[in-house]
Amino acid sequence: MHPAPSVIVFTTLSGLGFGLLAFLGLGMPDVTGPVAFVFYLIGYGLAVAGLLAATFHLGNKVNATKAFSQWRTSWLSREGVCSVAALLVMAPYAIGRIFFEANWAVLGWIGALLCLATVFTTSMIYAQLKTVPRWNMRWTPALFLSHALAGGALLAGQGTIAAILLAVLGAVLVLSWKQGDARFDETGTTLGTATGLANIGTVRQLEPPHSGENYLLKEMAFQVGRKHSVKLRAIALAFGVVVPVICLIVLPFSHSVALIAVLSHLLGVAAGRWLFFAEAKHVVSLYYGR
Amino acid sequence: MTALPQSTEKKLGLVIDLDTCVGCHACVVNCKEWNTSNYGEPLSDQDAYGAEPEGTFLNRVHAFEVTPDTGGCAQTVHFPKSCLHCEDAPCVTVCPTGASYKRVEDGIVLVNEQDCMGCGLCAWACPYGARELDALAGIMKKCTLCVDRIYNENLPEEDREPACVRTCPAGARHFGDLGDPNSDVSQLVAEREGMDLMPEMGTKPVNKYLPPRQKDTLLADMALAPKHEEPKGFLSWLDKALEAL
Repeated sequence: MHPAPSVIVFTTLSGLGFGLLAFLGLGMPDVTGPVAFVFYLIGYGLAVAGLLAATFHLGNKVNATKAFSQWRTSWLSREGVCSVAALLVMAPYAIGRIFFEANWAVLGWIGALLCLATVFTTSMIYAQLKTVPRWNMRWTPALFLSHALAGGALLAGQGTIAAILLAVLGAVLVLSWKQGDARFDETGTTLGTATGLANIGTVRQLEPPHSGENYLLKEMAFQVGRKHSVKLRAIALAFGVVVPVICLIVLPFSHSVALIAVLSHLLGVAAGRWLFFAEAKHVVSLYYGR
Repeated sequence: MTALPQSTEKKLGLVIDLDTCVGCHACVVNCKEWNTSNYGEPLSDQDAYGAEPEGTFLNRVHAFEVTPDTGGCAQTVHFPKSCLHCEDAPCVTVCPTGASYKRVEDGIVLVNEQDCMGCGLCAWACPYGARELDALAGIMKKCTLCVDRIYNENLPEEDREPACVRTCPAGARHFGDLGDPNSDVSQLVAEREGMDLMPEMGTKPVNKYLPPRQKDTLLADMALAPKHEEPKGFLSWLDKALEAL
């Protein structure tokens, strides 16, 4: 699949943002006043920046508001509804924290739940697609949720919890890569089933239907990623998990160490997310012999 | 809503005969012509006369080669591919804006262009590559089964079928109600053992493909004896003389 920058930025930033907001909703860290303001600013900034980035890849943005209408069947629509609900519910809770030194806990819990629901609905947009076997598995929601929780805990300054969740993220990453590698073959889809010609024999492409590129090839037959898969996986693990864990556990706490941990995590997540798209093979690429 | 209907009154669709298709691309051209000049946004081209031309098409003809595992002759199969108007169309349910829908009256899968925001998720959900986002309009385009032809009383009756079917010079494309077991297309599918593409994807396509006949296996005694004979008489002398020069 084509790793569109807008979608990578969106899933990376909004995942972190909603993860942080979820922890803030649970009262972790237990802050009020100006400190709370900074935390909520970062949380809202990341979540909203991510959501805005997601609209960049729309071909016809004027109809974007209609995306809230089909929540009964569409995960993309559910994501839209959940994200707005999460931001709206967290807002009064944040105002209470910042301006009134108040902890309206129930509101915070509901907000935290909606934040995680948003991340879950994002993951289901990908996990629902039978056409992309690598995504079409339970590990996909697990991967997105563990990203949000680990990144959120890191941004929320939850040292030990963050280290544990980062370790969980590392394990989920490795498992999802391992499971994902086998998924395409498990579906049994080949050029033989795609053309129905498997009964006759072995099928190969003789010539493509057109000499140039087209939307399908650009969007769904991206090939560069698979080549660098191993290196990118190593980068994602090292920067996304190992470096931040070392910063949290081994090094003495300081704001500069925390900043290094966060930036390293961001880089690792972005590399992993790039690979999440670039490595995923859509079944339509079979028709083009790719 | 983008929920799929429980059932449709008709199941209009195409039957494509892989035994007959000669790969002339006439269906591709006529589809583009009709659908770019009639209903909805035109099917745009980019860099049409330049080095890297590309454009939006609702129907494309692939070419594959099948080699029997038993060692028979390989054969070329021309393979037209367009929307299969699936009964369980995944492209419809993923649509967040309600632009994609499947019609209750005839089962045609359509995009309401006034509602499409061009997110492309329906194209991701389709296993067949039947949907293309038009680069100029930013709107998702797909086969409409020429909904503006098949019911169009301004056209002569013989033209009230999809443009691809109307134009096929080989008679490789058939149009009809696949929900009616007595229709011509249903009988053709039953007779020729019509098949689904990627049945494992669970989309229940309405369009069916008729498999090509297998080629004969070439046996040793089928080959003709060589006709070449050694020259005699004057020609033999000439042959040797020229050889010796």
